[in-house]
Amino acid sequence: MNWTSVGIFGLAATLVVGAVVTGERVITRQDRTDRVTVIYWEKWTGSEGEEMRKVVNAFNESQDRIFVKYLSISGIDSKTRLAIAGGNPPDVAGIWGDQVVQFADANALTDLTELANDKGLDENYYIPAYWDGYVYKDKVWALPSTPAAIALHARPDLLPPEVATPETFPKTFEALDALVEKISVQGPNGSLKLAGFLPSNPGWWNWAWGYYFGGQLITGDKVTIDTPENLRAFRWIAKYTKKFGSQEVQSFQGGFGNFASPQDPFMSGKVAAEQNGVWKANYINVYKPGLEWFAVPMPYPADRPDLKGRSNLSQDVLCIPRGAKHVKEAFEFLSFVQKQDVMEGLCSAHGKNSPLAKVSEKFFDTHPNKYIRLFDQLARSPGAFNIPKVGVFPQISNEMNVAFQEVNSEQKTPERALADAQQRAEIIWSTYRKQVLAQ
Amino acid sequence: MKKDLRIGLLFALPWILGFIIFLAYPVLASLYYSFTNFSILREPSYVGADNYAELASDTVFHKALINTLIYAVGAVPLSTVVAIGLAMLLNTKVKGMSYYRTIFFLPSLVPMVALGTLFLWIFNGDYGLLNEGIRAANLEPPNWLGDPAWSKSTLMLISMWGCGQAMVIYLAGLQNVPVSLYEAADLDGAKLGKKIWNVTLPMLSPVILFNVVMGIIGALQVFAVPYVMFPGGAPARSTYFIASYLFDNAFQYQRMGYASAVGWVMFIITLVLTLLALKMSDRHVHYETE
Repeated sequence: MNWTSVGIFGLAATLVVGAVVTGERVITRQDRTDRVTVIYWEKWTGSEGEEMRKVVNAFNESQDRIFVKYLSISGIDSKTRLAIAGGNPPDVAGIWGDQVVQFADANALTDLTELANDKGLDENYYIPAYWDGYVYKDKVWALPSTPAAIALHARPDLLPPEVATPETFPKTFEALDALVEKISVQGPNGSLKLAGFLPSNPGWWNWAWGYYFGGQLITGDKVTIDTPENLRAFRWIAKYTKKFGSQEVQSFQGGFGNFASPQDPFMSGKVAAEQNGVWKANYINVYKPGLEWFAVPMPYPADRPDLKGRSNLSQDVLCIPRGAKHVKEAFEFLSFVQKQDVMEGLCSAHGKNSPLAKVSEKFFDTHPNKYIRLFDQLARSPGAFNIPKVGVFPQISNEMNVAFQEVNSEQKTPERALADAQQRAEIIWSTYRKQVLAQ
Repeated sequence: MKKDLRIGLLFALPWILGFIIFLAYPVLASLYYSFTNFSILREPSYVGADNYAELASDTVFHKALINTLIYAVGAVPLSTVVAIGLAMLLNTKVKGMSYYRTIFFLPSLVPMVALGTLFLWIFNGDYGLLNEGIRAANLEPPNWLGDPAWSKSTLMLISMWGCGQAMVIYLAGLQNVPVSLYEAADLDGAKLGKKIWNVTLPMLSPVILFNVVMGIIGALQVFAVPYVMFPGGAPARSTYFIASYLFDNAFQYQRMGYASAVGWVMFIITLVLTLLALKMSDRHVHYETE
């Protein structure tokens, strides 16, 4: 062993360590030396990712100063947070709308208020309920990529003719329950063959049921999970478990295929009606083309006609992480996406409605979802609602999921499940206020 | 001598650096963070023992801890019995034994996420392969994935899939048992059961101890398969384990300080259980040199 060998070995070790430490900066920032490179991380893969890539390509071709480098990233929320903490975040991150408040509270986002105002991207440019999702503590933290609204989807071939149209389909929860009773099919041993409707399918918005009965999860700065309205919603859920049998429902749902497959319970005819988003049409068009279906607003309690037309909104948003190297250039890209023609093209390709206040007739006429006008109306309705604006929404949503599953599996009564969720959520909210908001 | 030391240290330098940067520092840092309120994106602020006090009254932590301990109590003995049984079978003199050994070891090489996805199909309550078999025997199958009463048992059964590693170690242990002991037992008229109980298991006891300790540590850290198969610990947190709670706090709720406290409590529990196993082994483990 001579010193030359030791020297070579030491040099190699230094290079390896150096590459690990600085690799990200060295590699990703030098794609185009003739333009400012904006790094854009997006959660989408598959066809949705490809549609966004087309928008990125269009932006790159529309000017010669900025080059947006588009990267599809799994687990984008945690990776973006870690990248921010590490001081090397992307310039644009495509996160979920329900994370905006959490990110803003964590000091993870760039305030876009001034930049947005300069471009005329204000509350008049967007549908009010969607705009509400970008603003927190009077500041703009994100802008939309694509939004969504939720409605009840039904299959006329599985319904009695007298209710098999959007006009004649039940409008209230009571009428829906009666229909479900009438059309659901159980085998001799109680096993479910067809469910008219199941509150647990697809199970993505268990937090929102109370809102359809007039409840809220957070009122002012108080957790209000165990209010009479939310309790009424959970008693309604428990009725379904009791009607079909907890084991039967669990076993039946165990056989549901993935929503992005022909085995999806709605597409395969296991459920006649389900709550789902505007994007459902796209999946039907791909996995079960020709399937007859229609969409109607979610039902309301017969004694609460004021709750007619409620719809929970969700959206995918674009934000600029704190510490981004090219904020102005990144916002150039964000504002490009907000152009009416670009936004309508993207939303149409994703099978979603537009978040913009102004929508062209062409968008409605050429949209793959034949009920797109309904979703647009629902988003504009005073009954449209977003997630509660608290940074602990992920935890509260988890507590609501657990409460839902406890009721659905008859482990707890609705009263007990909501009381436990309330207690947990109060502790979580109080700790968050003390540890995060007070900072 | 000094020159040799320098060269030796130089060669060991990559490992030493890796150990300090990627293990020692994070371990010590997590101990510090466990006494802070730390969201990754803000500077940590010292909160004393608040995180540990919160853990003491955190019902979800208690639920996750109980789930983890139940899982460990079920999975470790089950995997041990299965691994020893397989090792004994694979220690017999049968033609093509090396192929059998490879076949039984292969499943433990399957990545955890792929394993979780595979078992989602096998254990599906409606059309899963397992329930099809149970129905064929005219029995009413359980809902393995959807029923909180069965979900942990499902994971315990799945844990057997990865017992190939332990099986290989048991097999090596079995091949070290002196044949003379079996011959002596034969002379005493011992049957198979007596030979296993009085010869094989005592001679294998140091290996069993090693595998059980490793099994306990692994079971207390169970994460990937339940995370893939039971999102959010569904149904009703019946499969919510400590590692999942730690992950959620660190990467979903941005509570890295609290997650660090969870990690340290888990470390202490693991240490206590390991020491307990070692203490209990004094009377039951026989070393060849004794």
